[in-house]
Amino acid sequence: MDAAAQRAGGAAIRVEDLVKRFGSFTANDRLNFSVASGEIFGFLGANGAGKTTAIKILCGLSAPTSGRVEVAGYDVARYPEQVKRRIGYMSQHFSLYNDLTVYENIRLFGAIYGLSLSVIRERSDQLLRRLDLKEQRNRLLGTLSLGWKQKLAFSVAILHRPHIVFLDEPTSGVDPITRRQFWEQIYQAANEGITVFVTTHYLDEAEYCQRVSIMVEGRIAALDTPKALKEQGRSESMNEVFLKLTRPN
Amino acid sequence: MKQLWRFIVKEAMHILRDRRTLSVLLLMPLAQILIFGYVISTEIKDARIGVLDKAGDYASEGLRNRLAASGYFKVERIFVNEEEVAAALRSGAVQMAVVIGPGFGSASSDPDGSRVQLLADASEANTAQMLVNYAEGIVRDYEQELVGVQAKQAALVEVRMAYNPSLKGVFMSVPGIMAMILMLVSAMMTSISITREKEYGSMEILLVSPLKPWQIILGKVSPYVFLSFLNAASILAVGVGVFKVPMMGSWLLLALVNFLYILLALSLGIFISTVAPNQMVAMFISLFALMLPTILLSGFIYPIENMPVALQWFSKLMPPRYYIEAVKVLMFKGAGLGVVWKELLLMLAFLGAFLSLSVYNFKVRLE
Repeated sequence: MDAAAQRAGGAAIRVEDLVKRFGSFTANDRLNFSVASGEIFGFLGANGAGKTTAIKILCGLSAPTSGRVEVAGYDVARYPEQVKRRIGYMSQHFSLYNDLTVYENIRLFGAIYGLSLSVIRERSDQLLRRLDLKEQRNRLLGTLSLGWKQKLAFSVAILHRPHIVFLDEPTSGVDPITRRQFWEQIYQAANEGITVFVTTHYLDEAEYCQRVSIMVEGRIAALDTPKALKEQGRSESMNEVFLKLTRPN
Repeated sequence: MKQLWRFIVKEAMHILRDRRTLSVLLLMPLAQILIFGYVISTEIKDARIGVLDKAGDYASEGLRNRLAASGYFKVERIFVNEEEVAAALRSGAVQMAVVIGPGFGSASSDPDGSRVQLLADASEANTAQMLVNYAEGIVRDYEQELVGVQAKQAALVEVRMAYNPSLKGVFMSVPGIMAMILMLVSAMMTSISITREKEYGSMEILLVSPLKPWQIILGKVSPYVFLSFLNAASILAVGVGVFKVPMMGSWLLLALVNFLYILLALSLGIFISTVAPNQMVAMFISLFALMLPTILLSGFIYPIENMPVALQWFSKLMPPRYYIEAVKVLMFKGAGLGVVWKELLLMLAFLGAFLSLSVYNFKVRLE
């Protein structure tokens, strides 16, 4: 953690009164929340609730209509370059480049984030050993299965040791075993001090998060630990909590 | 700098690993120039003609020989009556019939001239026009020879086709094909490769990374600049080496003109990629909005002077037109910077316009 993040009082993300409008449509309506450093934060909501818009703003891909967004201790609107260097990002659509080999993908993203070749080599050996992909180092990525690709994509997203990694539905379309392994990876990253900001549609995964927010129609309808949310909603599972909030009738 | 270099290497690898597309990109220009050079020739060579000789004397015999010896015509048929002429034209056995009037030899000294009729198959309008022109010239020359010095009122026009004396179509094809291929490789391929990143979602990852947007774009287009240059060089090599297309001007200036045009085409490709949501649309826009006008309106195949006035104005908006113009005067007439500066400036203006439009579109998309 660098000086700026420490100044922010340990908060990896701080969002104050974030509003985003597209014409007359309000995608994000006065969002207020903060994520602590090293936390695993679940960002839930039905399709169209405004999650993707919020993530785009947090990553500096889109500018808010009003409000203040601080990521890794920097104001995203004013220092997007500082923020970009300190975050990692992985989305559901993308699993690296299929026509490059496993190692070429690692080297490319390492270089984009300004890592030296020796560091890239060292970290790539390490992550391939962890993923048990050492033999596949020079295979074209396109020949790997989706589960492997997603696990590799996550490792690449945190190759430069970001403060925060944003995961936009990282496990969609992946089998249950791989999902479990994926979450083991997430825990490992969090143990190493990386803040994890994750969206998902699998509500069992929400239980793995330390805190969860649920967005409904552009607003944050609930934000707490999974345990507290279940108690407040007198629900057995996160699934029930989610349904009660998004479909009150 | 290292980031950018790695990114360019990555883009080059995409191209190199896609063997099929790469071989098409490298072989297509060669195939095009060979096709245009050998097959679609607009020159007249050994055109099939028939002769109906009603005079049947020494002078008409001479005209027949003269037509055959020109190399333009091959006398396929000797007709005996008008019906045969009509039948041969209808069946396409001959492309043109030459009917030599009964009084050809003697009448040629008459003040009202001789009677030679040319009947051409105008279902191929351009060819017919050309056959008639060539035959007319030969007949006129021959007449003058026959009549000799007595007829001073004739022989007033002397024709010389400067810069392309044998009117070879391939001369025109070289700049035209270069305009087309460079547009295809630079604009279409870059617009497709940029929209591919959008479609696959990798563009998001790149935009979230510390790479700046201009680095992403530069990284994506750089390999295509190289590829385009390779294409331009191969077309020129075949044009100059095989088809003996003249190269009178400076190679350095030619390289500059090409470089500017490649940049212009790339900027168009970038612009298309800011508009097109996916690869398919990018390809269609490139094909219909770029290729067809390049081929039809740039003066490559159809002379701009022959177009309706509205289309002539429209063709002024076609950047390839200025490229073709510049390459033509540079190669065939040896023109220097003093002549082509106007074309260069216009291309520069187009380049600036497309780049600003792209930046504007890009900003709008990010809001």
